[in-house]
Amino acid sequence: MTGEVAIRIRGVSHQFGEEGETRHVRALRDTSLEIARGELICLIGPSGCGKSTLLNIIGGLIAPTTGSVEVLGRRVAGPMPRDIAFVFQENALFPWNTVFENVNLGMIFQGVPRTEREARAWRALEAVGLKDFAQHYPAQLSGGMRQRAALARALSLETGILLMDEPFGALDEQTRMILGEDLSVLLARADKTIVFVTHSLGEATFLADRVAVFSARPGTIKKIIEVDEAHPRRPDFVTSAKFTAIRNELYALLHDEIRKTMAETSVSTLGGPAP
Amino acid sequence: MVSRHDALAREPAASSNPVAVLRDFWQILRTGEFLGDLRVTLTELAAAFAIAASCGVVAGYLISRSQYRIRVFEPLFAGIYSVPIILFLPLYVLFFGLGPASKIALGATIGFFPIALNTIAGFGYVDRTLVVAARSMGASDLQLFRYVLLPAALPIILTGMRMGFTVALLSIIGSETIASLAGLGHRIVHLAEGMEMAPMFAYIAFVVAIAAILNTLVSALEARGRRR
Repeated sequence: MTGEVAIRIRGVSHQFGEEGETRHVRALRDTSLEIARGELICLIGPSGCGKSTLLNIIGGLIAPTTGSVEVLGRRVAGPMPRDIAFVFQENALFPWNTVFENVNLGMIFQGVPRTEREARAWRALEAVGLKDFAQHYPAQLSGGMRQRAALARALSLETGILLMDEPFGALDEQTRMILGEDLSVLLARADKTIVFVTHSLGEATFLADRVAVFSARPGTIKKIIEVDEAHPRRPDFVTSAKFTAIRNELYALLHDEIRKTMAETSVSTLGGPAP
Repeated sequence: MVSRHDALAREPAASSNPVAVLRDFWQILRTGEFLGDLRVTLTELAAAFAIAASCGVVAGYLISRSQYRIRVFEPLFAGIYSVPIILFLPLYVLFFGLGPASKIALGATIGFFPIALNTIAGFGYVDRTLVVAARSMGASDLQLFRYVLLPAALPIILTGMRMGFTVALLSIIGSETIASLAGLGHRIVHLAEGMEMAPMFAYIAFVVAIAAILNTLVSALEARGRRR
């Protein structure tokens, strides 16, 4: 791995609630990882394996039970709006504001001076292809367009790091494909470090420089797979032999973990704690 | 006055000639004799609503800040509100006298509950993702309130205010009929006790018209506030 380390995760584990409480869940188990500047790393794993929890810990939204995270050399102790921007799966746009107002508001929160906001907002909207929909309200947009708007808001903050929690998870397969390709093009131009949580094997293989595969809960990183292909990834990469090989490897690693998770689920519905 | 005494001699107590009612209605409007009572009732309503709205929103916001407080106060308020609070009017008259103060106090008390309950609902159940997203972008507490919590809660709070206004109006007119020295409710009861049926119905029609106008106005304001 070349280049400077943007995110250093050291021995992070996390549990929700205390032992003995019904809501006690060990979400994440002794996880360590170093993420280089400018790389796009995907976190993939079965449901409940802690990948979203890890993402929230990196972003300072949750304080880990043990371990620490350093971002650009500084220890994470809370949200870092100048350095880290989030894109959530859904419902993160303010429904009473237009797309433009949503993007603008993000910059108000971050503290961008008024004179710069408008230009940055239009640049971000242009980058995601929503310039003509700036005055629309989120309810008037399709799911794919809403996620583009959420991405525009994150881009306008001009942070070095982007944390994306299944951003395309609520969308149909075709929209996911298009947005994935557009994202790859967009990110080839911008120099951002991205941590991308997904359930989709194909999405991880297409987008990532590296894929971190998680085990079942309590999750830890089972294996890291490299995807050696330049950005922007061409659509025909998906049909190549290299892609298929990587995707197959991911499938082999994940299948048993998914089965383990599902088995645990069906047992615990017989009166144990909810997963 | 002479025509009214004639009417009394001819009519049974429970009904009245509609023509006589209409005639008295126009006379009341023309002479402006309703102004004194109307001013009393409207002043009571304005004061009661101002108190109910300010206390209700503040209390509702403070309670909404913690799950524990919501679990304690929401059922408490809902329970108290389901009791006919107007039954406490004699207590209020004892403390505040027969004048407008007791009506204002009772109207404020009754109007407080729907406003507080709706404010709790509005602020307490804002989508968590919106709050988390705002915090992740660096929103301060004040920015969070102004740009996220308030716009999210406003439609529900406005509905609560419309409900509070309506019940305050009802309870004020109602308590005026029971124990008061002035006001529209008082006027109606006074006329009833004096067996002046036609003017009594005229005043009832007048109060209905006023209430309808006020409620329409308030509902329109609520709709405008919600339209965003």
